[in-house]
Amino acid sequence: MIDWQSTLWVLLTGGLVATSCALVGCWLLLRRMALLGDAISHAVLPGIVLAFWLTGSRTSLPMLLGAGAVGLLCTAIIQWLSQKRFIQSDAAIGVTFTAFFALGVLLISRYSGQVDLDLDCVLYGEIAYVPWDLWILGERVLGPRAVWTLGMGTVIVLLFTTGLYKELLASTFDPVYAQVAGIPTRTVYYLLMAVVALVVVASFEVVGAILVLAFLVVPPATALLISRRLPMMILMSIAFGWLAVLLGYAAAHLLDVSITGSMATVSGLLFALTLMATGLRARPYSSGGEGIGKS
Amino acid sequence: MDINLLSVLTGLIVLGATSGVLGVFALLRRKALLSDTLAHAALPGVCIAYLVGGKQLGWLLTGAFISGLLGIGAVSVITHRTRLKEDAALALTLSVFFGFGIVLLTGIQRWGDGYQSGLDRFLFGQAAALLPHEVVYLTLACLFILAIVAVLFKEFALLCFDRDYARVIGLPVRLLDALLMGLIALIVVLGLQGAGALLMVALMITPAAAARLCTHRLSLIVGLAALFGGLSAVGGVLMSAFYGRLPTGPVMVLTASALFLGVFLFRHLMQGERQRQRPSLSPLERGQGEGK
Repeated sequence: MIDWQSTLWVLLTGGLVATSCALVGCWLLLRRMALLGDAISHAVLPGIVLAFWLTGSRTSLPMLLGAGAVGLLCTAIIQWLSQKRFIQSDAAIGVTFTAFFALGVLLISRYSGQVDLDLDCVLYGEIAYVPWDLWILGERVLGPRAVWTLGMGTVIVLLFTTGLYKELLASTFDPVYAQVAGIPTRTVYYLLMAVVALVVVASFEVVGAILVLAFLVVPPATALLISRRLPMMILMSIAFGWLAVLLGYAAAHLLDVSITGSMATVSGLLFALTLMATGLRARPYSSGGEGIGKS
Repeated sequence: MDINLLSVLTGLIVLGATSGVLGVFALLRRKALLSDTLAHAALPGVCIAYLVGGKQLGWLLTGAFISGLLGIGAVSVITHRTRLKEDAALALTLSVFFGFGIVLLTGIQRWGDGYQSGLDRFLFGQAAALLPHEVVYLTLACLFILAIVAVLFKEFALLCFDRDYARVIGLPVRLLDALLMGLIALIVVLGLQGAGALLMVALMITPAAAARLCTHRLSLIVGLAALFGGLSAVGGVLMSAFYGRLPTGPVMVLTASALFLGVFLFRHLMQGERQRQRPSLSPLERGQGEGK
């Protein structure tokens, strides 16, 4: 017997994660900032622990704000380090996020007595618990807390993406034009990072800090393989995300394995299938990220 | 001094120094975050090795190594044969392989015995559990790696700084690149068991970045990176031993980061006085990131 109500809640939660991550992930991918998403998903850990410690409970709002702030701090530090001429941007990312993450792990293990925070839960999430963790206001049961958190997060992301669409478009594809046209590219950049941090923190409890990256990058990457226009890419990445959620959940149930791991794996399989369907380039690109010169 | 503490210290110092050295080349080849992908991509390999052959350390490391190499291969294929760029390929490979690894891990937990905690420690390592004979193997492997680097030093240097010239004078550039990637994969995998994924990424990047800040002469950068890596190990082990209840891995990372910060601030302050005398990154090194 399948518990349909719980299943639907779990699928809805996964779908909300997929949607918000895809919306944000498309921009990250197009701006070649996928690894910043990786960095933020690791760097928010100390923020999460501190918020837990200070508020002493699992209330979402302080945690969202606190961890989001830490995520922004991490981004600011990475920017600051990269501005100076003697460090590469990927080195700046690596140095910063490993330090933040180490701090987070240290805090968790040091204060594991006082903080009811399971490291495994933070890293891998526990999507199966979502239906049981209810938001109860007074006497009314309002439904799973995660759905509310992610729902709000998704709404914020939607507002951001639609409200700042022109600015995002310009600063992504033609930064020079954007600056000349008077668009505050730095503000847009930091707002984008703030939204990424928000999405990461909202999702971590559900899918874990590390697998958020899968949702941020893989469906948009799959969509990028087959899209020619941005709106189509965004829609397709949401679709691929949902597909990964549904199929991943089914597979996990059949095989009795990690649900979120299964979702990440399925999204990878979808990517591989799309890659095979579209075909690989016969001759290698010469500029596959190596920068100047031929490969 | 306790023999266990001494052996853990030795193992981590050797690991730190070797990671520092290889990290310099990774940094110069703009593959700093490849270690992140490698460390995460190794997880399914460890799990499959366990399922096939049990929990023999050498066997698990082999599985991790192969899995890591497959990850590098995937990154390469995606980067060079699709519209996606390298950062997307790295992030994608990292998360998908790791997700698959989690699937296998939970599968093992369901069907198997209690070795789950050993595999679980994958991310953070169990530095305290480094046995003396494991340290010996680790040291020998690291010396082997360092020997290769010493022998091929000039070739690797050319690979990093003037690839076209290297090609022109007949060096097998792609082979050397593959060898370098292989060595990086090897050290990351070797370090996973003792130090964990997080620490290996940090050891590959932070000491090398700090050393790069100090000078532009390759031999000095490499030496300094080894020094910083070793110092991180010393700091980490000693602090966690004396303060108790502090896991070694994260403390080592923070020590390395503190060293980096110190060097960075020093350089930042120095820049005020010696405006244009210190060399900054060449355009070749700077290049990417968020731009073209």
